[in-house]
Amino acid sequence: MATKVMMEALSPTMEEGRLAKWLKAEGDTIANGDVLAEVETDKAIMELVARGAGVLRKRLIGDDSTAPVGQLIGVIAEADEDISALLGGAAPEATPDAKADAASEASAPVEAAAAAPTAAPAAPAAAPAEDSGRVKASPLARRMATEQGLSLSQVQGTGPGGRVVRRDVEAAASNPPAAPAPRPAASTAPTAAPASAPRATGKPAAIPVAPAMEIDGDARDVPLTQMRKTIARRLAESIGPVPTFYLTAEIDMTAVVALREQMAASGDAFKVSVNDVIMKAVAMALAKHPECNAHWLGDTIRYHARVHLGMAVATDDGLIVPVIRDADRKGLGAIGREGKELAGRARERKLKPEEYTGSTFSVSNLGMFGIDQFTAIINPPEAAILAVGATETRPVWENGAFVPKPRMRVTLSCDHRVIDGAVGARFLQTVRHLLEHPYLMLY
Amino acid sequence: MPVITYREALNQALREEMARDDRVFLMGEEVAVYQGAYKVSKGLLQEFGEMRVVDTPITELGFAGVGVGAAMVGLRPIIEFMTWNFALLALDQVVNAAAKMLYMTSGQFNMPMVFRGPNGAALQLAAQHSQAWESWLAHIPGLKVVVPATPYDAKGLLKAAIRDDNPVCFLEGEMLYNTKGEVPEEEYVIPIGKAEVKREGDHVTLISHGKMVLTALQAADTLAKEGIRCEVLDLRTVRPMDVEAITASVRKTNRAVVVEEGWEVCGVGAQVVDYVQRTCFDYLDAPVLRVHQVDAPMPYAKNLEKAAKPDVPKTIAAVKQVLYLD
Repeated sequence: MATKVMMEALSPTMEEGRLAKWLKAEGDTIANGDVLAEVETDKAIMELVARGAGVLRKRLIGDDSTAPVGQLIGVIAEADEDISALLGGAAPEATPDAKADAASEASAPVEAAAAAPTAAPAAPAAAPAEDSGRVKASPLARRMATEQGLSLSQVQGTGPGGRVVRRDVEAAASNPPAAPAPRPAASTAPTAAPASAPRATGKPAAIPVAPAMEIDGDARDVPLTQMRKTIARRLAESIGPVPTFYLTAEIDMTAVVALREQMAASGDAFKVSVNDVIMKAVAMALAKHPECNAHWLGDTIRYHARVHLGMAVATDDGLIVPVIRDADRKGLGAIGREGKELAGRARERKLKPEEYTGSTFSVSNLGMFGIDQFTAIINPPEAAILAVGATETRPVWENGAFVPKPRMRVTLSCDHRVIDGAVGARFLQTVRHLLEHPYLMLY
Repeated sequence: MPVITYREALNQALREEMARDDRVFLMGEEVAVYQGAYKVSKGLLQEFGEMRVVDTPITELGFAGVGVGAAMVGLRPIIEFMTWNFALLALDQVVNAAAKMLYMTSGQFNMPMVFRGPNGAALQLAAQHSQAWESWLAHIPGLKVVVPATPYDAKGLLKAAIRDDNPVCFLEGEMLYNTKGEVPEEEYVIPIGKAEVKREGDHVTLISHGKMVLTALQAADTLAKEGIRCEVLDLRTVRPMDVEAITASVRKTNRAVVVEEGWEVCGVGAQVVDYVQRTCFDYLDAPVLRVHQVDAPMPYAKNLEKAAKPDVPKTIAAVKQVLYLD
């Protein structure tokens, strides 16, 4: 059976993709899962893999051309298979009945009878994916995605025309964050695999019944109280979609500066940046204050037990926020190495979608640009973001005299629907305490 | 528990209800001396006499009208049509008299009567004698339409139909008369309007009624070997329809296929799909598909008739499609 090659949504926000380069030529034999082409999304260069086996019969767009998600860009089929219907573009997919009729010689006269005056066209077949702007999803998949806080555009659809169906949401939920990997080709995806197997092999397989996303261990959803709803509504009316307020604190960095010097003196392997220390402190403070490690989901607030720290990175093309997962459980060295590595690949646009989604809180540092202090814009659905300014030597009044001290200003932007002033302040207090007494981070 | 045929189950129901209530009588072509064209009324003439088991001329409209009159004066007629194809001639009495009498007389006249006979295609009876009429009848307010699939349901539902004070169209199946099933000796009555889960499953719901329930069950057996767990919901009554049962099952399985004997357009399945989209919209993972007779008069030729009928392979194909496995 012929397999359509579609432009696929290879990033959560991708609406169209530029086919950078075909890696297979027309006439090449294709195995399921083969990389067919490189596609440049709005975020990175990704691989487009075959969803079926056969021969690449037709490439419908050339190298370096752009197609909207869902557009047919090629056909894989048997060498002698008639693919003219597929190439017709608008040709609807055959229904099973139609297939059965076509296959059965006995049914041919029935078709003739059906053409008699009484006949009306049979079941309307599924339309091909012509409206690529809209994510197609079954109502169930839509509901499940909402309940699990997944964006449908982050979920790869495996139904007809790329429809997102239940098994896709289940696969995405069990492989957070939603990555394009769990497509049929990825036999490692526990839920997608059984569903896709029969397509590839023609053999029957069990229905995928994936376990529902287990969020109990990693997060808890708390329905909004009436008071919380009122606060959310009134504040949102006042300020816009995300009612934000800002808390600024100036932190004494003497201890951090000393710490870095001492570590550097122990060898190059122990060199850490100020930002690494800040990330570590923020992660530990978030672990202590889960009320700030939260997502606003409209009907619920999701408090995360795990700390996935987003780190804003400026690239030539713009801002991207790679994620250091479980940052609170990682040492300074690990945070430093991982952060550096992610930032490097971010600048090369080589990040995979799962590396820049799923953060529970973000940090933006413009200190290296000499910015004293600024306010950062919250990355929804996160509830807060910390803006970090430069560490500067400033006079501080201490014991009856001005003393020069390295000082750093941080500003916490808080979504007031989730975080009230005092809650944000307490979190910031912990950050300050950890940075001013960095040995506590050893504890 | 005794295993008896569908035919015998109907015969038992008739006999028990005629014995229970002497207002009940059976009238139709060949029901008495010949013992019924399909022997459903076997032995009844001998047991209840010719006043209560009445042979009629070939006059469907006439004897259906006699039944309506009898019901109006307090009897409880059972009008047998040799097949529902022949009942077309009597539809004016069924639709315009029986179904509307209570309404048009401001509730003065109940219509405690049953119209019954075999429905749907048998084998090579050709276009005029191979039709499933339940969607026509179910369209009419004032009628109840019962389509039992098993001997157990046939007996329990026929007893309920005879005891009902409203006109009930009771659709049997020529191909069902010889099917067998367990039927208890003790009395039981199955309420009209209640569907039954004939087989439990959680991957897809096959919604069916009458003869096609057996097709759905066979399809479910075959699919079970591939690990696909079908729930088979037997509507048993298509009017009033058990929307609650449909909703509960489809909300559980998220997918549905309707299997029916009749044609597609305005068929019973169309009504089922309407209920499903209204009550289960947010639970659906795939469009609901229907398996039905092809949109053409039933061919006489054996191979063409087979191709035209809904069957197990077509049902399996539809199930795989709603599961995105095709």
